[in-house]
Amino acid sequence: MSSRLILNPKNFEITINRLCFELIENHDDFSQSVIIGLQPRGIYLSNRISSQLRHFLPGKEILTGNLDITFFRDDFRRRENVIVPSATQIDFIIENKKVILVDDVLYTGRTIRAALDAILAFGRPSKVELLTLINRKFSRHVPIEPNYVGKQIDTIMSDKVKVSWQETDGKDEVWLFTKEKEE
Amino acid sequence: MTQQLSVKHLLGIKELTVDDIQQIFATTANFKDVINRPIKKVPSLRDITVANLFFENSTRTRLSFELAEKRLSADIINFSASSSSVSKGETLIDTVNNILAMKVDMVVMRHPKPGAAVFLAKHVKAKIINAGDGTHEHPTQALLDAYSIYEKLGTLNGVKVVIIGDILHSRVALSNVFCLKKLGAEVMVCGPVTLIPRYISELGVLVENNLQKALAWCDVANVLRIQMERQDIKYFPSLREYVMLYGINREILDNLKKDIIVMHPGPINRGVELTSDAADSRQSIILQQVENGVAVRMAVLYLLAGRID
Repeated sequence: MSSRLILNPKNFEITINRLCFELIENHDDFSQSVIIGLQPRGIYLSNRISSQLRHFLPGKEILTGNLDITFFRDDFRRRENVIVPSATQIDFIIENKKVILVDDVLYTGRTIRAALDAILAFGRPSKVELLTLINRKFSRHVPIEPNYVGKQIDTIMSDKVKVSWQETDGKDEVWLFTKEKEE
Repeated sequence: MTQQLSVKHLLGIKELTVDDIQQIFATTANFKDVINRPIKKVPSLRDITVANLFFENSTRTRLSFELAEKRLSADIINFSASSSSVSKGETLIDTVNNILAMKVDMVVMRHPKPGAAVFLAKHVKAKIINAGDGTHEHPTQALLDAYSIYEKLGTLNGVKVVIIGDILHSRVALSNVFCLKKLGAEVMVCGPVTLIPRYISELGVLVENNLQKALAWCDVANVLRIQMERQDIKYFPSLREYVMLYGINREILDNLKKDIIVMHPGPINRGVELTSDAADSRQSIILQQVENGVAVRMAVLYLLAGRID
């Protein structure tokens, strides 16, 4: 297994800030928009994005929630183990709001498909967008594409992407792990 | 994070580990959140068929299971003994195997005979959930009772719970004792000597015949119904005498120095074990128990469905 740093702490910060500005471009003052982080790993990104947005838009309310999609997955009973769900916390109405789904890595797209199902339990949004820090191209199982991308990378199935967060791992970084070819 | 229950069926609390119960509670909290949303349904069990077999009367448990199954999107069939071939002499295994031949994955069963669920689990190929087997166990009731206390007090460790009434005939009492003990609670049973099983203290529970003393000791009182239908002989002179000695009313609760939590698994015989002013008081969490019942059963169904091969 060889590893490569694909986003260092400095570029990580630049990328987060750029994503925030792209969001502001489309969502103005966020009065009609909400940010929903996907459990378990997407909530670090959604919390970071919303705290930066509050910094860029002082005085504006940025509604942020967490969504757990465990019960909406399409691989229940097809895995070895039952997945333990995390908490869903959406303390606002999403009816007619623009929803920005946030996850750290977009890979097969199945999580997002489940999230689209799950979000409907909270009302009918006027629009749903997708923001992802890392977009693993060419590995999609369903036709889902992100609206906002931190970084695009070309990967194969055996590769692994690990996003580290200041809050949990002490450093903001993204690593790519590649399995060595057997000679 | 992933974890598997240690059991393939839910036959009783006795077989569960503390980890199992904690996992059920964690999942219950998630489902409680789901059933309080505008859309209370999730698609998890959309490819599962559940048969609800009730060989004994039930309102709350049957409706609660049915609702839990529907909110998980399972297909369900209902069956009650009075309207079936059981009255024509069919055996339990035959009845269930015929139902399973229609491709049923899980069976929720209530039966008047203790051990019926264990017996079925040994002989048929489906996940069995015991919804009460005679005077033996009623695991989902114990789980929802324990969850309701946990939700109210934040812990069960060191909590003093007294179970009052007909302990001898109560599957709820036995399952509750197992569940509460596993979670670190102190348990006492209280009732007339004739309605307390002789060797129950072997399970590590305290026995008290005086209601006042039991209430003064406890943080939580789980009050049971006198099960007239299971009493083949007279266990106490008269219902009036039982009410005088073991009935709980507002006055008794007010005379205690603290606010205890009052629970009842239902159905309540108002004016017997609980008066209306006690059952409907702010100390009572009887309706929260019913709400938690649906969430607990969703959690059990979900976690066991994950174990279907």
